Amino acid sequence: MIGLSHYLIFSTVLFGIGIFGMLSRRNAIAVLMSVELMLNAVNVNFVAINRFVTSGQAAGQLFSIFVIVVAAAEVSVGLALIISIYRHRKSVDLNNFDLLKW
Amino acid sequence: MLEFSLHNAWLIPLLPLLAFALIGLAMHRWPSVSAMISILSIGISMLLSALVAVLVFSLSPGEIYEASVRWLSMPGLQVNMGMLVDPLAAVMLVVVTGVAFLVQVYSLGYMKGDPGIASYFGYQSLFAASMLGLVLANNFGQIFVFWELVGVCSYFLIGFWFGKYSARDAAIKAFVTNRVGDFGFLLGILFLQIVFGTLNFQELSAAIPGYTNAAVLLPIAVLLFFGPVGKSAQFPLHVWLPDAMEGPTPVSALIHAATMVAAGVYLVARAFFIFNAIPQAMTLIAIVGGLTALFAASIAIAQNDIKRILAYSTLSQLGYMMMALGVGAMTAGVFHLMTHAFFKSLLFLGAGSVIIGMHEEQDIWKMGNIAPKMPVTTWTFIIGALALAGIPPLSGFWSKDEILLGAYASGHTGLYILGVLVAFLTAFYMFRLVFVAFFGKNTAGRDKAHESPAVMTIPLLVLAVAAVLAGLVNSPLMHHVFGHFINAPGAIQPHPNTAIIVFSTLAALSGILLAWLIYQREVIKAEVIKEKFSMAYKVLYNKYYIDEIYGWLGVRLVDGAARVLFWFDIHVINGFVNLTAWFTGKSGETLRYTEDGQVQTYAIYMFAGVVIVLITALCGVFTALA
Repeated sequence: MIGLSHYLIFSTVLFGIGIFGMLSRRNAIAVLMSVELMLNAVNVNFVAINRFVTSGQAAGQLFSIFVIVVAAAEVSVGLALIISIYRHRKSVDLNNFDLLKW
Repeated sequence: MLEFSLHNAWLIPLLPLLAFALIGLAMHRWPSVSAMISILSIGISMLLSALVAVLVFSLSPGEIYEASVRWLSMPGLQVNMGMLVDPLAAVMLVVVTGVAFLVQVYSLGYMKGDPGIASYFGYQSLFAASMLGLVLANNFGQIFVFWELVGVCSYFLIGFWFGKYSARDAAIKAFVTNRVGDFGFLLGILFLQIVFGTLNFQELSAAIPGYTNAAVLLPIAVLLFFGPVGKSAQFPLHVWLPDAMEGPTPVSALIHAATMVAAGVYLVARAFFIFNAIPQAMTLIAIVGGLTALFAASIAIAQNDIKRILAYSTLSQLGYMMMALGVGAMTAGVFHLMTHAFFKSLLFLGAGSVIIGMHEEQDIWKMGNIAPKMPVTTWTFIIGALALAGIPPLSGFWSKDEILLGAYASGHTGLYILGVLVAFLTAFYMFRLVFVAFFGKNTAGRDKAHESPAVMTIPLLVLAVAAVLAGLVNSPLMHHVFGHFINAPGAIQPHPNTAIIVFSTLAALSGILLAWLIYQREVIKAEVIKEKFSMAYKVLYNKYYIDEIYGWLGVRLVDGAARVLFWFDIHVINGFVNLTAWFTGKSGETLRYTEDGQVQTYAIYMFAGVVIVLITALCGVFTALA
């Protein structure tokens, strides 16, 4: 029987992969994708806890939909920024984006 | 009428105060009107004072009239304002109003043509109001207020000719020196309020004899004595009084000889019950007074400025009064205060008349043989000098004799000998002044000398009569009536002693004789003595270098303190500020290398932060569970 803890372990692993990708990838698009992974780990948590802890209500599911909407908006802005940077720098390598350095 | 004057004694200070307000606010454009208002108000005050005195002295001794109103009140503190009319206050009222009236009349002549006459009379009125308020005050708080008011009037009038640097400096010196004394005085008053919960003289005099904690009372008494030391110019705060002679001469006569400087003596007499409860405080007062008397008298011998000689003489006589109070002869001290007020203001006004007659000349060696030109001034001055020297039967004789008697009878033989010595010195320096200035060989200045107008000579004559007769009130001729009224529990009332009278008179006569031999007959050449004792003469001429010592100390102390503080500022305060700046700069320089501009580095910091917060929170949860 698959219980709440399985979902939580799954989401933790997913979140960890997301963090790792976000911190280690040099490609801006890959970083954006990692962020999506982290958001989806959160979504899994929302839905799982909604199902197993407060099954009579729909708040968790609603919030996961909110997160998906906001994530879609975020990705569109993020991709727009990356494209803009790419046009200037001919690169999407984050190591090159260090204008704020001392 | 008598009852009215007693119950409305508050009118006595109020009238001059109104005159001051009227002159200051409305009449200052009309000098002669201002002068008239001032003289009129003090004249009415004088009549009221005389009525009060007549009534008080017709009551039985010890009977007093007191009235007070609440001034401000809060839990634990009630401040009253009131008046206390007793024989002591009545005597002071008569002396202050009488001398003030005569001095103001005299000022009409002396200040003639001065552009500041209106403000001069305004200040005179304010001074009279403050001084009379001080005399009538029935508690220490009120006395302190008026004490400061007379001080500020003194400041205004010393610096009246503020165009002169010396006058300005003298005014500031007087004010600052008095500040030192008044600070102690105020502390003493505050301690009284804290310890006894009242400042009223009557209540305090009832409370103090039962209070035995000398460890508390002694500091209070010493702090209170600070005030009189400053105001009555006792050693070591005497330095302001000789310089105060920069003011107009009538001011010197009224404020710096007859009344304000006597306020310190009055205060000690008023608070006699406090000081008398502490033998050490009394000894301190007696010694300070005695030392001042001798010290100032010796300086007076070597001075050449007519007003400065009189100023040092005033110092010396104030010391005499303090000494009298200190040995417990309260009657004698107040008695001398009264007689001194008359003859010393007479001497100052006489000196003013000479200065006017000689066209602003103050050096006695440049006068010489002006007696034939200025007969009234000369003879009244000689009467004043004889009274000061203590020649019977003039007023100074009776009061000085009582002081010496008090010192002797109370067992202070050292102070008695000192007193006789001072009496000798007093006679000597006064007649040095008289012989040199009025009968000297120098004729250079004589031709321009002229007698002063009647408006100046009449006050001289009136004061001369007072200087002759004022002593009789406490003489055997009038059965010591003064002493029956002016007395305090515990004060001594010695019986007359013929030997003391003879000795003090002999001392005074020999002083006069010596002055006559040296400065008139020139049997002994003054120059020879000066040569022989040139060291001593120099020390006396330079007033024991006290001013120089204070100046040096002031420079040393202020300069030294400034240097130390400067070092502290530069190395400690500034160093600390610089250290802070240096630390901030250095840490910024070091920490900036952590900012590499990589968004992922920042994300690591964020994540690390979240992890730390999480671990801390979890630890908290676990400890709570455990």
